Amino acid sequence: MEKARVDLPPKGGFSFDLCRRNEMLTKKGLQLPGFRKTGTTIVGLIFEDGVILGADTRATEGPIVADKNCEKIHYMAPNIYCCGAGTAADTEAVTDMVSSQLQLHRYATRRESRVITALTLLKSHLFSYQGHVSAALVLGGVDITGPHLHTVYPHGSTDTLPFATMGSGSLAAMAVFESKYKEGLTREDGIQLVGEAICSGIFNDLGSGSNVDVCVITKGKTDYLRNHQLPNPRTYISSRGYSFDRGHTEVLSTKITPLKLKAEVVENDAMEE
Amino acid sequence: MDPDLSAPHSMGTTIIGVTYDGGVVLGADSRTSTGMYVANRASDKITQLTDNVYVCRSGSAADSQILSDYVRYFLNQHTIQLGQPATVKVAANLVRLFSYQNKNMLQTGLIIGGWDKYEGGQIYSVPLGGTVLKQPFTIGGSGSSYLYGFFDQAWKDGMSKDEAEKLVVKAVSLAIARDGASGGVVRTVTINAEGATRNFYSGDSLPLWHEELEPRNSLLDILVSGASPEPMSI
Repeated sequence: MEKARVDLPPKGGFSFDLCRRNEMLTKKGLQLPGFRKTGTTIVGLIFEDGVILGADTRATEGPIVADKNCEKIHYMAPNIYCCGAGTAADTEAVTDMVSSQLQLHRYATRRESRVITALTLLKSHLFSYQGHVSAALVLGGVDITGPHLHTVYPHGSTDTLPFATMGSGSLAAMAVFESKYKEGLTREDGIQLVGEAICSGIFNDLGSGSNVDVCVITKGKTDYLRNHQLPNPRTYISSRGYSFDRGHTEVLSTKITPLKLKAEVVENDAMEE
Repeated sequence: MDPDLSAPHSMGTTIIGVTYDGGVVLGADSRTSTGMYVANRASDKITQLTDNVYVCRSGSAADSQILSDYVRYFLNQHTIQLGQPATVKVAANLVRLFSYQNKNMLQTGLIIGGWDKYEGGQIYSVPLGGTVLKQPFTIGGSGSSYLYGFFDQAWKDGMSKDEAEKLVVKAVSLAIARDGASGGVVRTVTINAEGATRNFYSGDSLPLWHEELEPRNSLLDILVSGASPEPMSI
């Protein structure tokens, strides 16, 4: 009787058995395959009439640049966007999941989504996975209560700030913000400062690189400025590109295979319009 | 000295709760760090639970935020059912309940402070294991180790509101001076029969302790303002 009770499977909750197994295997010398992580610079700031988000566009797999122009500013709602750093799959999955929850919530309430709603959904999901979902986010948006900017850490803690940076380039970007940010920036000055902070990450952090994406959210309007700056354009040896003269490559043999025409005409008068 | 940014977000902290004649004062520094990096230099570690109860959080930022979110939710429900403000004791007991039941999952110590009509101003401390202690004053977080002697000497029964707030600000600034994991500004809340009042003391307004230097403008500020080009003409 006592034994039967012991053998019952646990009710609900998460099982971390495989985590313990993996830990044991790594201790014995097994090299687990790595995930695709976005070594990243992402930033956000509040300006006089809204929020500006910024991100670089490099995705890495260990030392390899996996994507030179990826998108790190994710859609949450028409008035809310979210920059993601950490494991690319996790940031993509968690933002997609929450944005669909927000859409359903909008259908049910017939009201514009609030940033605090997105924040609560994100943090409760991340907290329940105890840091195993490695998504570090900068969440920004404008709702009925005004502009909001938050950072979300993989363990589920959140901060509310006037300017924020995240990812491996966060130190380089924060250095720019700490020396130049002030309250009540204009739209132009805000975009300029965000661009500068991202460029600081692109040039000083090995995990970040390529282009600058910017997203400007104001009351009733969102501008997604994809590839706002291109500080690393591709260079060619010849400015005109490459051209080859006709006959440059020797023709060794030619074989032409004509395609057999096979047509079937079906008389059909049963169907009429 | 590579800052480990993937480390869980934790609050190397100084938090304080002090009772006085007629109410309580809670105080905290504002530094949140991940390993060696200061993730937030102006964070608010004093969180509202109800109109008359606040809590100071220390330890893991994620754990203490979620815990206080849960306690706030249940206290709001309790307030509606009761038809009157929840007592500080109930709030402290809820914190204790969650801290104890999830002690394997949580890394957080809290100080609950507030005022109610039955017992006046009260301070409860709920440290790591999930026990609850009612105390006339209590200190917590990494910075508290520098303050035990100071409080044994400086805390007096029956202080006035201003005396208590001065004591709290002085204590937090002392801890900030000696504890590397505490820093930034000092935030306080004073709770009594009239309600709760929040206060903020910026870093350059705090008293200077042993070997600390006067705040002064950096070379960059002088150059940007263009007021005095002197530093460059040496």
